[in-house]
Amino acid sequence: MSKRLGIRKTYKLYINGKFPRTESGRYYKWTDEKKTAIMNMCRGSRKDFRNAVVAARKAFEGWSSRTAYNRGQILYRIGEMLEGHRDQFIGELILQGLTKRAAEKEITQTIDRFIYYAGWADKYQQVFSRVNPVSMPYFNFTVPEATGVVAVCAPEESSLLGFVSVLVPVIAGGNTCVILASQSRPLCSISCAEILHSSDVPAGVVNILTGLRTELLEHFSSHMDVNSMIYCGENLQEIKMVEENAALNVKRAVIYKNEAWSKKTSQGPYYILETQEMKTTWHPVGV
Amino acid sequence: MNYHPQIHPIDQVGVGERASRLFSRSIKKESKIRALKLALSMIDLTTLEGKDSLGKVRQLCYKASHLHDQFSNLPQVAAVCMYPNMVEVAKKALKSSSIKIAAVATAFPSGMATLEAKLNEVKSVVDAGVDEVDMVMSRGRFLQGDYSYVFDEVAKVKNTCGKAHLKVILETGELITLDNVRKASDLAMEAGADFIKTSTGKVKPAATPSVVLVMLEAIRDFYKRTGKIVGMKPAGGISTAKLAIQYLVMVRETLGQEWLTPDRFRFGASSLANDILMQIVKQSTGIYQSINYFSID
Amino acid sequence: MNKTKTLKFDTNWSYSPAPESIDYIELKDRYGLFIDGNFTSSKGGNYFDTINPANEEKLSEVSEANEKDVDKAVQAARQAYEKVWSKMKPSERGKYIFRIARIIQEQAREFAVIESLDGGKPIRESRDIDIPLAAAHFFYYAGWADKLDYAFPGRSTKSLGVAGQIIPWNFPLLMAAWKIAPALAAGNTVVLKPAETTPLTALKLAEVIREADVPPGVVNIITGGGETGKMLVKHPDVNKVAFTGSTEVGKFIMKTLAGSGKRYTLELGGKAANIIFEDAAINQAVEGIVDAIFFNQGHVCCAGSRLYVQESVAKEVISKLKDRMNTLVIGDPLDKNTDIGAINSRMQLEKICKYVDIGKKEGGSIYQPSCTLPEKGFWYVPTLFADVSQSHRIVQEEIFGPVLAIQTFRTVDEVISKANNTPYGLSGGVWTDKGSKLFKVTKEIRAGVIWANTFNKFDPGSPFGGYKESGIGREGGVEGLHSYVELV
Repeated sequence: MSKRLGIRKTYKLYINGKFPRTESGRYYKWTDEKKTAIMNMCRGSRKDFRNAVVAARKAFEGWSSRTAYNRGQILYRIGEMLEGHRDQFIGELILQGLTKRAAEKEITQTIDRFIYYAGWADKYQQVFSRVNPVSMPYFNFTVPEATGVVAVCAPEESSLLGFVSVLVPVIAGGNTCVILASQSRPLCSISCAEILHSSDVPAGVVNILTGLRTELLEHFSSHMDVNSMIYCGENLQEIKMVEENAALNVKRAVIYKNEAWSKKTSQGPYYILETQEMKTTWHPVGV
Repeated sequence: MNYHPQIHPIDQVGVGERASRLFSRSIKKESKIRALKLALSMIDLTTLEGKDSLGKVRQLCYKASHLHDQFSNLPQVAAVCMYPNMVEVAKKALKSSSIKIAAVATAFPSGMATLEAKLNEVKSVVDAGVDEVDMVMSRGRFLQGDYSYVFDEVAKVKNTCGKAHLKVILETGELITLDNVRKASDLAMEAGADFIKTSTGKVKPAATPSVVLVMLEAIRDFYKRTGKIVGMKPAGGISTAKLAIQYLVMVRETLGQEWLTPDRFRFGASSLANDILMQIVKQSTGIYQSINYFSID
Repeated sequence: MNKTKTLKFDTNWSYSPAPESIDYIELKDRYGLFIDGNFTSSKGGNYFDTINPANEEKLSEVSEANEKDVDKAVQAARQAYEKVWSKMKPSERGKYIFRIARIIQEQAREFAVIESLDGGKPIRESRDIDIPLAAAHFFYYAGWADKLDYAFPGRSTKSLGVAGQIIPWNFPLLMAAWKIAPALAAGNTVVLKPAETTPLTALKLAEVIREADVPPGVVNIITGGGETGKMLVKHPDVNKVAFTGSTEVGKFIMKTLAGSGKRYTLELGGKAANIIFEDAAINQAVEGIVDAIFFNQGHVCCAGSRLYVQESVAKEVISKLKDRMNTLVIGDPLDKNTDIGAINSRMQLEKICKYVDIGKKEGGSIYQPSCTLPEKGFWYVPTLFADVSQSHRIVQEEIFGPVLAIQTFRTVDEVISKANNTPYGLSGGVWTDKGSKLFKVTKEIRAGVIWANTFNKFDPGSPFGGYKESGIGREGGVEGLHSYVELV
């Protein structure tokens, strides 16, 4: 009775709609607790990050000017695709140390989170926009606009639901991003790239890197063409560095500390608002 | 000829803001006395009533040349302005004066007559010896887009005027928008107007700060483009010295020094003169005045 | 086309001086720090002069707050927050703020005169813009105090605690109002530091706050320079920092606060593009250019300092702009006819001179109307540079003075990319009569405030603040409240 030899998956980066290996040629070993699987994860470099920011910047104009309805449909599409890949993600989550039950719960919540934000894509503007009653003969209105390119350091613990919970509000709001996957649980984060790739998300809108936080965080937070930096974690020194580097170009630094991503309160339009700029326009009213 | 107006968009709110900023200038002391005397010299003392009589016009002419004889060094008004049938008596009354005589013509105030009738009327006042003709633009034709007709009409009236100066009344109160005011100003100037004038005084609103500013800017732009100088006459509702000074500020800061003369700027008004006189006396004595000390002809 | 006809504005009818009277203004010889409801002298005992920039004469002297004073002020604010303000019924809180608005209105003329004396801005602006807007700001936010539950759908609000606020010298009272009003309405207490060169209206505001019976410690106003500001930012018991000023200092504050967990909002520099399309209402656009760059001597972070004119109308626009510059009245800030007052300080004047020199060296065509400036005091003639490009420093860097850099453009895409080719993103202007073009351009300019067919308009209900290096957060409107609450 011969057992078929399994096919191992090579995990790569996701930059500009392509799956390159890291330009550095370096890797880090990842293995599950039982040491049943051993992976060579890409150790993404600052140059990979640089390339990803270029891609994100290039994609920004197109993505931010898509109709909100279209962005909503694409997010919904991601949910659909994810639904079809439940087993793959459950497998990866189990490899990353979850019980089967917990893994099932997490993928379900993750899919639902995409669906939840798919519905927000064309509504948060209505919740947060205003017509302001100014004391002059002017029409004055305020609308949210995408901040631009967002660098994200995803949660280390919650590598699927947390990853997605941080990512989706960013792109639902018309931003593009470069997101660093959990270093200790990278599998399902990078697998997400395959889902995004087959869900009409334009190239460059989401770029996913794997690698070492200690090595990349400095570049994520200091890059002058990044408009906002989202940091998930509790490391005070890292937070300080992120906030200090943000000063270089007045980045909006968003810190998610001790967030319980599985809770219902960890979703909502205010997460979208974190990477929005409010624009106010004046125009005279006359004949 | 075929006349196609050029489009110069006007923003109503912006014009209003600029006008009110100009009107907020504070004119005091020396500059005020100068302005008052200047304004007085720019008045077209006007009577345009159905009940005007020969006697009334004679009284007006006397007032024009004897503004306030108790006070020396006063300028005289620029002109008297009346209906065509009053020109003869005015000519007599002002025989020995340099005050100009202006007559309204072209079926004032509505302008609702045939071109032939209008030209005849113009010819008759010119023959009677007026210095200036105040015609009304055909607003109906203008609003229906018949710009060439309106242009030709003004050009023919100008032609009939001979040496007399032509003021074209736009009747801005019937043109409604500032875009139309600008368009009508350009048309009148292109067709040969020597002055453009806001109103007949029979339609409200008459001269407003925004309308006057738009017309002054049209004059400026026309001058810059062609080198031709056109005068401006706001008329209707300008009854206080303060308002007159505010308009002078507007002229000064839009067209500059060279328009601050009766040859280029006039006020069409009936009661303005007395208010200016009261202000002049007040400025020199420091005492607030009463109309009972000024003749009301 | 005929040769250009010139207009003569050098007229023989000039406006006589029309000074606002100042005989009823009472300034103290010396001002203390407003801490815990009382004016107290600084622990360090140091005072510095505040002068009238129009004649360089001393108006008064004010305390320089040192570390102990800052600490005392923050403690007073903390006490007032814990014991009084955060516990007060929101509707009562609102009533105090309404009172402040009303008293400012009642004393508006006095405020205006002091503002012009201390800062050099024309009385027309302090009287018609700064002071009425400051009162309106308090009035607007007063009404929010008991309606916070309606401001953020699905969330309720919590106040932050003690806000440390640092404001600039260009709109001294107005900036104080922008900072204090939303902070108080949201239930915070404040320590405010006015700018070194313009402390007087803030100190007068302190008197108003006392007159309004606002509980001691709710608002503390401490004077001093950059060092005092630094101490306030660093104070461990400050929960929130709000700063308006230069991008350079804003970045310093970000660095200082890194890792502290303190919230902050920043209103920083700008280099706004003001874009004139060929189909614009040109005469109003020219007026808009003047409002954009010469308002408040150009000491405006949102000033339209980069002018882009479509090539087909550039000649007309620039010629009209020069005519208009010749009618600007420059001189005594207290004269009601003054359009351009004094430059706020010698330091600022030197900065402007430096940039104009750079502009000349870079080869820009400079134009300045001829006018005589007063002998004493700090003055600068309205200036424009034509024939410059994106690569000129006077196009890239914020001058904060009456200096305009003009470029021409040909297409919509070209001008949008040039407008966005800057680290700043505070404001922008667009002039066109065509609606669809207007919506496209206003959408694509990356800036927080866009004036379409107008410029430099402000209202308490209208959020203000920048993209990119022009700052973080908004002031005014509901957004302005967001900066002073935690959503729970």
